[in-house]
Amino acid sequence: MSEIAFLLNGTPVRVAGEPPTRTLLDWLRQDRGLTGTKEGCNEGDCGACTVMVTDATGPRALNACILFLPQLHGKAVRTVEGIAAPDGRLHPVQQAMIDHHGSQCGFCTPGFVVSMAVAHLQGRQDHDDVLAGNLCRCTGYAPIIRAAEAAAAKPAPDWMPETAPGFAFPPVSRGGPAPGGGADQSPPALFLPQTTGELARWYAAHPDATLIAGATDVGLWVTKDLRDLAPVAFLSGIEEMRRIDRQGDRLRIGAGVTITDLMAAVAPLYPGFAELLRRYSSVQVRNAATIGGNIANGSPIGDGPPALIALGATLHLRHGDDRRDMPLEAFFLDYRRQDRRPGELVEAVTIPLQAPALRCYKLSKRFDQDISAVCGCFNVTVTDGIVTAARIAFGGMAGIPKRALAVEAGLIGQALTPETAQAMKPLFAQDFTPLSDMRATAPYRLETAANMLVRYVADLAGQPVNVLGVRA
Amino acid sequence: MSIGRPLAHDAAALHVTGQARYVDDIPTPAGTLHLAFGLSAIAHGTITGMDLSAVRAAPGVVAVLSSADLPEMPDCSPSAHDEPLLATGTLHYLGQPVFLVIAESHLAARRAARLGTIGCAERPALLTLDQALAANSRFEAGPLIWARGDAAAAIAAAPHRVEGRIEVGGQEHFYLEGQVALALPQEGGDMVVHSSTQHPTEVQHKVAHALHLPMNAVRVEVRRMGGGFGGKESQGNALAVACAVAARATGRPCKMRYDRDDDMIITGKRHDLRILYRVGFDGEGRLAGVEFTHLLRCGWSQDLSLPVADRAMLHADNAYFLPAVRIESHRLRTNTQSATAFRGFGGPQGMVGIERVMDHIAHALRRDPLAVRRANFYRAPVDSAGGRLPPAPPEDISEQKMKAGQPPARPAQAQAQAEAQTTHYHMPVEDFIGHEIVAALEVSSDYTARRAGIAAWNAANPVLKRGIALTPVKFGISFTLTWLNQAGALVHVYQDGSVHLNHGGTEMGQGLFQKVAQIAAGVFGLETGAVKITATDTSKVPNTSATAASSGSDLNGMAARAACETIRGRLAGLLADRHQAAPADVVFDGGRVRVAGADYSFAEVAAMACQARLSLSATGYYRTPKIVWDRVRGMGRPFFYFACGAAVTEVVIDTLTGENRILRTDILHDTGTSLNPALDIGQIEGGYVQGAGWLTTEELVWDDRGRLRTHAPSTYKIPACSDRPPVFNVALWGRANREDSVGRSKAVGEPPLMLGISALMALSDAVAACGDGSVYPALDAPATAERVLMAVRRQRGD
Repeated sequence: MSEIAFLLNGTPVRVAGEPPTRTLLDWLRQDRGLTGTKEGCNEGDCGACTVMVTDATGPRALNACILFLPQLHGKAVRTVEGIAAPDGRLHPVQQAMIDHHGSQCGFCTPGFVVSMAVAHLQGRQDHDDVLAGNLCRCTGYAPIIRAAEAAAAKPAPDWMPETAPGFAFPPVSRGGPAPGGGADQSPPALFLPQTTGELARWYAAHPDATLIAGATDVGLWVTKDLRDLAPVAFLSGIEEMRRIDRQGDRLRIGAGVTITDLMAAVAPLYPGFAELLRRYSSVQVRNAATIGGNIANGSPIGDGPPALIALGATLHLRHGDDRRDMPLEAFFLDYRRQDRRPGELVEAVTIPLQAPALRCYKLSKRFDQDISAVCGCFNVTVTDGIVTAARIAFGGMAGIPKRALAVEAGLIGQALTPETAQAMKPLFAQDFTPLSDMRATAPYRLETAANMLVRYVADLAGQPVNVLGVRA
Repeated sequence: MSIGRPLAHDAAALHVTGQARYVDDIPTPAGTLHLAFGLSAIAHGTITGMDLSAVRAAPGVVAVLSSADLPEMPDCSPSAHDEPLLATGTLHYLGQPVFLVIAESHLAARRAARLGTIGCAERPALLTLDQALAANSRFEAGPLIWARGDAAAAIAAAPHRVEGRIEVGGQEHFYLEGQVALALPQEGGDMVVHSSTQHPTEVQHKVAHALHLPMNAVRVEVRRMGGGFGGKESQGNALAVACAVAARATGRPCKMRYDRDDDMIITGKRHDLRILYRVGFDGEGRLAGVEFTHLLRCGWSQDLSLPVADRAMLHADNAYFLPAVRIESHRLRTNTQSATAFRGFGGPQGMVGIERVMDHIAHALRRDPLAVRRANFYRAPVDSAGGRLPPAPPEDISEQKMKAGQPPARPAQAQAQAEAQTTHYHMPVEDFIGHEIVAALEVSSDYTARRAGIAAWNAANPVLKRGIALTPVKFGISFTLTWLNQAGALVHVYQDGSVHLNHGGTEMGQGLFQKVAQIAAGVFGLETGAVKITATDTSKVPNTSATAASSGSDLNGMAARAACETIRGRLAGLLADRHQAAPADVVFDGGRVRVAGADYSFAEVAAMACQARLSLSATGYYRTPKIVWDRVRGMGRPFFYFACGAAVTEVVIDTLTGENRILRTDILHDTGTSLNPALDIGQIEGGYVQGAGWLTTEELVWDDRGRLRTHAPSTYKIPACSDRPPVFNVALWGRANREDSVGRSKAVGEPPLMLGISALMALSDAVAACGDGSVYPALDAPATAERVLMAVRRQRGD
């Protein structure tokens, strides 16, 4: 891969000779003098660096601080400098932000403007969700929401051609050197495959390489841990990995499916899972992060695996051309250790189409854009008033996403009543010995995990159990 | 008239297009170097040796400085000269800068800074209040104690008593723009510094001292900050000094910005504290006596801790008359980041104490907390005829009345003062308007009916519980260090009639520049757009105070007005001469100047004045009248006036998890005659959300080694968009300031933050709904979901 090509505010640019993990943010600010895009946290949590990235699937908001240049190959990037028209006419969200006093110190403002411009194009009105990934410390957000509401009815501007249907994006060249690396047999610094097979064979030959999909976690290895990751392969060019297919009574989700796309796919099937994903970080992160990455990095506090385990997911691994399947919970062996051979990658995960009793509860210090202290997912089958099957999985309760096997066993044969839920409480201590950390103490985790079962019973009974559902 | 209009922030169009330039956006000269600190990895110890060879050998490194290279270590302290730029033998906290990397790029400097080996003999660290107390580790010899009357006797004699304690957490500023500075070496050894600071004069002073230069050889410029909140009052000194020292050493421009994690690990935060209280009261909840003990964790250096702790004591009354009171304040030294200024500057902490007392008393008496609060409000002062006190006359601040050391004369208000109750520091409360504000808010928020509705709702809902609370704010306006209450401005009118405005205040988002421009434009009868707002610059206006204590508009607005009036006076004099009129008859309005039937554009008048050889440049100066203060005795009038307000917050909690939400907030806040209602409402909305965040989700966690575990937005949770109240009604009280402030307006930067206390008290109310009234919720702050759940459990006897 000698060159990365993309559109920057409508103008074609070619970037060569950059380290593969150079971030878009640094490049914009340092090399292009486009300083409107700000660094607030350098870890994808504040949104001050939000940019609009458009490809054939449409525009997305992404955090430029954890976005590597090769991820942009063949796409169109628009920064805050490109949101207004070239002649200076303001975008409706910009004018509304002025009219409604949506900026004070102004440092977060470019990120808000870009997030709002993307949402405006998409016609989204769920402003709290759209802007959950943009932190503002001055305004208290109220004037920003007023601006977003005021701009919503205004027509989309005509100076962003890449957002129009049928736009011709820069041609994507073949992804780098042939598997096996360069002439000197050293691995190439950067590999941009277009098929899973190419990737799997290359990775089998270079098991020390880092695979980068959304970079929402790997990005921090670079920006915070200051690690050198070469060799790296970018998965963003692999179309087939981003597919979601119905296979009989199951749904097959490619590892490269973003959380955004997953959320849309599961919303009609399991609303509880979709609601959990709504609170999975922020729009910017969900637009980049993939379910494969969420599984493969093995975090004990990732929000995808508990829900998938409760659903009874099967994981599909691939090493070169060898494939194997396993129940997802079997993949997680110990803290940050998975049943994955060197050079083996996560190809997909499949889940059943039906799970009417699935409920997912996320407990975090802040509701939006926070990491779970406890994430509990419940999928209990009641037949003739008696529990006949139970899959209950938690994040944040152990070094891995983990099933509550003792509780599940205890429930079988019982009526699913408040009394039963109370009676199960001691079993949680058999299943889990959680840690205390900056998010929560161990006793609190244990207690709330058990209380989530109480909530589940009340929830299935239709009682109000969610503070988010209460209005003044 | 430009004053009072709801104009947008002057830089709004620049903000939304990305053109607004912050320090890191300034194009740098070729060859600019970048700095990063190597940090202490332990909380307390002695440096036994340093191996920086790997740092020096790292790619892109130009130089590395440590105490060995700087025998005379520059100091960065704003107060006690106890903050060496780099550690000089003792490591005082985990995160303290120990060595300085100077490299070709920001990334190269950051990478190299991790390669140093700091040999150290670790010593036991004092991390907690209890450890510091046990070791008697403190600033000042002992606690500061202020007392009025015999509080202990009053409490003993009272019909009812309660006592308790509340832990109140600190708060990270989380300005979106991290700390940053850029030093540009000049000819002859002079230095120009661009700094993201609320206090350019202090940066100038610290840089001059570090470089052994007179202050006239250092120029500091600040166009804007990406947020400050007090966190850039002193915490930017280290970066500016480091840049200046490195620029001197290398002869090249030097820039330093902290990565977010470094910023949070290195810099100070709001003081956390423990408040112990003991109160006696009657059956109505009326206070007889109250005792407070404040234990503040000040961190490793003194910084601004003494005035912060003083202001906590000064606000221990909030809106309530304390008949007999004793306040004991301990300023404890710990091996943690040096706690510093944060919006409210100790006031919020002091106020939480008395609001907690009100809530506790109400619970003990099973009364509506609002009734208890009302019973304790300061009396609204009335004149002899029973009406409201009239506005105070303008203070005569002419030169002859401003002789140094002579306290400004008091206007004749003796009759009124006899009616006013005094604070515990013996200041008459002449302008308490809390009764009226609370009465109006009680109606507009439908408090009484909603409180009843919530009780009914709670009875029907076993899992979710709601709560509501109304809390007032009375916040003192002025720097308590009296000499800081002064400001200067410099105004030029050019011969084309355009106006150049400069003053000592800094812009951090609050809209100060626009307010002052509105004042200046008003003097000349121009539209605000005719006034060019310029960067704060120590070479234009010298010897400024920090933009802090909510005082920016009060001080700089007055100074700018004075400068503009001087120039206008000259213009009026010229026209009066030419038209045989009195200067007072010359009218400046709508961009025109009219006198005796003649009608000129302002530009024509400016050109005429230039040709008539009149100076079109003037300085303006202002110092706040009336204030005198003895901080050791705790007596005097530290404040020019009080800003008031009140908020009603309704919340819901989940009794299974402690999760909670703000459902609705109603605010009525006093900004006097607002200079700009849009900007004022912005301060109120933002201040409330920041205050509520402090008391709910914003939790700072240190581990037992003194490592801050919440050092990034991934772990430290400021309010996000959906955390704002979904129903958020904010209104301005809108009556003129009694005192002769600029345009009879009131300061608005800090007071609204304390409206957020209503969220904590509403959570307390919701928790109390889980019990039978026998156990007080005693909710600590921040009231995280975990703390709320623990409080619910106590209600239920678990």
